[in-house]
Formats: sequence, structure tokens, C-alpha cells
Amino acid sequence: MKAKVRLFARLSELAGTQEAEVELGEGLTAGEVYGLLCRDYPQLAGLGEILRYAVNGEYVTAVHPVGENDEVALIPPVSGGAGAV
Amino acid sequence: MLFEVTSAALDPQRLIDHVREDESGAVALFSGVVRNNNMSRRVLYLEYDAYPEMAESVMRQIADEIIGRWPAVIDVAIQHRTGRLEIGETSLLIAVSAPHRKEAFEACHALVDRFKEMVPIWKKEVWEGGEEWIEGEAVNC
Repeated sequence: MKAKVRLFARLSELAGTQEAEVELGEGLTAGEVYGLLCRDYPQLAGLGEILRYAVNGEYVTAVHPVGENDEVALIPPVSGGAGAV
Repeated sequence: MLFEVTSAALDPQRLIDHVREDESGAVALFSGVVRNNNMSRRVLYLEYDAYPEMAESVMRQIADEIIGRWPAVIDVAIQHRTGRLEIGETSLLIAVSAPHRKEAFEACHALVDRFKEMVPIWKKEVWEGGEEWIEGEAVNC
């Protein structure tokens, strides 16, 4: 069972990719997917405090379950617009 | 309503025309523009990254939320640009039409604030000798 993980901004630069795949166990949560991803990309570790999670394009909490073929996104604090954040 | 993430240059008149209806007495337009300094650094240019599909659906959600708070609002349109933007270029446009200026201004202002908290778009600041992804306030959800 696999889920796709999308990475943006600082995270995609740290990982050197915009997309990764993780092998899922039963009943894993979005936060646990991030933990699994950090095994492959240890440079992403330590961001749990600032990240938000999305599953299939919707914000969810870290304990939201992730199923097969779901798209998980790790969302660092956003900074759209032109002015200071 | 129109919600768009695009790499093309933004055209404010297109958004104004999109939201204006014959009942509209006011169109408030916010334009976010790349400026040449931040935290006393001389900025050379900005680069924007986005999660486009989600950004467009979150724009729709915040527009619905704002129309809930200002039911007089007639229409809303939001565009954000991605890629490299030079000083003076427009990265964000938010247009709101309403019968009168008060609700147009208030709803537009509130939309800009919500946009900056919620929409998955990020900017990297590039200055002489360095660069950094700018990150806003962490939000616990």
C-alpha cells in the first residue's frame, strides 16, 4: 500500500524532490507518513512543530488517517502575497 | 467567481471586469506587488512555489467564508502568480464587488488576511549573496 507525498518550497529543496512515495502500514496517520518520509529524507526531520498536513488537497490534522493512493502534502507555514508575512 | 494560480502576468482589469455586475456600485481591488526590500535586505527578486490544485480550492473556501460574513458581496475573484517575479510585478490580485464601498473594502481586506494564513503558496526571497524561503506563522490545526 502506497501513498504519494508532495513537497513544496523549503521542503522540496531540502529533499531534492517535489514528490515522494511511502509504503504505508494499516491505519497510518498523516503525521506518521511524515515520520516515515524522514527515514528516507533525514534532512526533513524536526519540522513537525511547524508543518500542517493536507490529504487529497484538504487541510487535515496530524492524526487524520491516510489510505491507499491518497496524496499527502506537507505544508510549511504559507507566505503568499507580496508583503511581509 | 474566479480562483486561479498562474505563471502568466496578472491583469487587474480582467479581474475587475470579471466581478463587476450591473448591481455593483463598488469594486475593491487589492494588488500585492514585489518590493525591493525586506528586513533591511535589498531584494533582487522573488520566486513563488504553490500547490496549485489545493490553492485554488482553499481560495474558494475562504471566498465562501467571507461571503458568509458579508452577504452583500456580489462576486469575488482571486489570482496568484508563480515562478520568478521581478521588483514591481504583481503577485496577488483580489477583487471584490458589492453594492457599496464599505462591504467591498471590508471583505477585500479580510480576504487578503485569510489568504495569507491559508493558501498553500510560498515565496523565496533572493538578495545579493543569499536566498531564503519565507515562512509565515505556524498554524496548529
